[in-house]
Amino acid sequence: MLMLEKRPNPSRGWTIATPLLAVLLTMLFGGILFAALGKNPFETIRSIFFDPLFSEFAFYYRPQLLIKGAPLVLIAIGLSFGFRAGVWNIGAEGQYIMGALFGAGVGLAFYPMESWIVFPLMVIAGAVGGTLWAMIPGVLKVKFGTNEILVSLMLVYVAEQLLASMALGAMRNPEGMGFPGSRNLAQYPSAANLEIISGSGMHWGVVAAFIAVIFAYITLSRHIFGFQVRLSGLSPRAAAFAGVNPARLVLVCLGISGALAGLAGMFEVAGPAGQVSIDFNVGYGFTAIIVAFLGRLHPVGILLAGGLMALTYIGGEIAQSNLGLPGAAIQLLQGMLLFFLLAVDVLTNYRIRLRIMEQT
Amino acid sequence: MDLSAINPILLLASLMVAATPILLAAIGELVVERAGVLNLGVEGMMITGAICGFAVAVGTGSPWLGFMGAALGGALLSLLFGVLTQYLLSNQVATGLALTLFGLGLSALMGQGYIGIKAPAFPDIHIPLLGDIPVIGPIVFQHDPLVYVGLLLTGGVWWFLHKTRGGLILRAVGENHDAAHALGYKVIKVRMLAIAFGGACAGLGGAYLSLVRVPQWTEGMTAGAGWIALAIVVFAGWKPWRLLLGAYLFGGVTVLQLNLQAAGLAIPVEYLSMSPYLATIVVLVIMSAGRAPGSLGRIFHASR
Repeated sequence: MLMLEKRPNPSRGWTIATPLLAVLLTMLFGGILFAALGKNPFETIRSIFFDPLFSEFAFYYRPQLLIKGAPLVLIAIGLSFGFRAGVWNIGAEGQYIMGALFGAGVGLAFYPMESWIVFPLMVIAGAVGGTLWAMIPGVLKVKFGTNEILVSLMLVYVAEQLLASMALGAMRNPEGMGFPGSRNLAQYPSAANLEIISGSGMHWGVVAAFIAVIFAYITLSRHIFGFQVRLSGLSPRAAAFAGVNPARLVLVCLGISGALAGLAGMFEVAGPAGQVSIDFNVGYGFTAIIVAFLGRLHPVGILLAGGLMALTYIGGEIAQSNLGLPGAAIQLLQGMLLFFLLAVDVLTNYRIRLRIMEQT
Repeated sequence: MDLSAINPILLLASLMVAATPILLAAIGELVVERAGVLNLGVEGMMITGAICGFAVAVGTGSPWLGFMGAALGGALLSLLFGVLTQYLLSNQVATGLALTLFGLGLSALMGQGYIGIKAPAFPDIHIPLLGDIPVIGPIVFQHDPLVYVGLLLTGGVWWFLHKTRGGLILRAVGENHDAAHALGYKVIKVRMLAIAFGGACAGLGGAYLSLVRVPQWTEGMTAGAGWIALAIVVFAGWKPWRLLLGAYLFGGVTVLQLNLQAAGLAIPVEYLSMSPYLATIVVLVIMSAGRAPGSLGRIFHASR
């Protein structure tokens, strides 16, 4: 009979190997799924995972990798702090929307003034918007012991309604002939989050994502706060003895993730999306949860996982247009990836032993 | 604005209908959590139940078969969660989230051919005598059968948890799985059964949305109902009868805001649509006093 035996310490080898194993399993079962949908599995897997990087049109897709990956990495880095400490912010989608609304609000308020100050102010407003939205579950948890998972999630739906209200009302383009949606910020030079090197996909959000990765790496490995985060996750009791203030930990973790999600939303609305519209959010806040786990809550891992997840988004679009693969199949593939990761994770913390049960 | 257009009897009657999907999902989750398992995948199981039920009902023409298909679909999906958390010892919060993301994708894929189709009719039953009582009759006794299934299920779960040996074992497993294990109870088996029951109930709740309440299939149609069900379990302090109160409170807010929208209140529609979610947050803040089952969310591993 197979038995699980707890390892004294998580296996280092499996820590790195399990995400790769999960990706392979996802490809395998994804292939079976595609075959069941009547598509050629090999061709579909190739167009999702390889074509964006190596096909003859890759010059067009590679910049997309940065554009799609940046918000995922930004949000996931923020989430990883909380997830390590056992603070579950799953409302990043809402904070992303609020960051975009605050950022766009500042930009639209300055329209049509041209000044270098507009964009930095928008960046600050985006971070503030996301932070404030994340502080709601934070303060409620600290003051009343309310479950942050449920509150942060409820606020996603509230933020979506607020977004709709803004796109149809306060932020609607006065010259838009009554169509919903704001002015296009990408056409307002002072507010636009343009590519730094033309044609590379490298906009300021990508820069921010790289900075966030470095910042998170240093904080987690060198700073006392990073130590407290890791300690609280591994042993809340030991953390309490070590003098970690749990309320402060909750607020700071939620604050960081809110600020980064807000920034991601702001860079998106001022750049690739361009305007506040009803369907502005596309689920980056939820996909970032998968990215954070796939990256093992480690900054470098998250960077790689964000790249992989961006790949499935772009590859999914290619497979959608070339092979007629339904868009929902990609969503399913992403969910599958998280499932397989959680399933094979058992190998990191446990040893599988074959044991013959004695007859009693 | 014309508030007199709102008929209080119809309002109260539709309150029971609006509360039913949440009640069904919440009663299942309550049993799961009393067994010490936190399954955050209710939303994913509900939406999968919604499409399974819709597909079966459209295919066979029978809403009853649809509901059975939904319960089966929800239970199967929940077993995925069960295997991962109980046998492969994965983190319950993360696995529940994965279940929701997976369920949303799965349902969208399954539902592709069903957009724009109408569900077969599921007629209300008119309970003789009781249904003829003025005022109370139309409010309480003239609904479709699933409304009463939800009520019976709530009563049944209360009876099971507090009056039977099986319920005692389930609560023991949820309060302290190590002690229950030491007494010789099969912790994992009990939990797997509870998880499957929770999945079946969530599936029923989802199918109630797609077959009765809407009645159509649209992607992401649960719109957070599964999460609200989770919130109501906390609100109820893990007690079945208070669950009923929570579900009706929520149903009341939903129905009232829909009626206000129809009456043309001077508040924009978006702000009215927020109200169920805001009400859930307010309720969570006020009523977070209940004591959660002792082993809730903890991983059980029988080491030797």
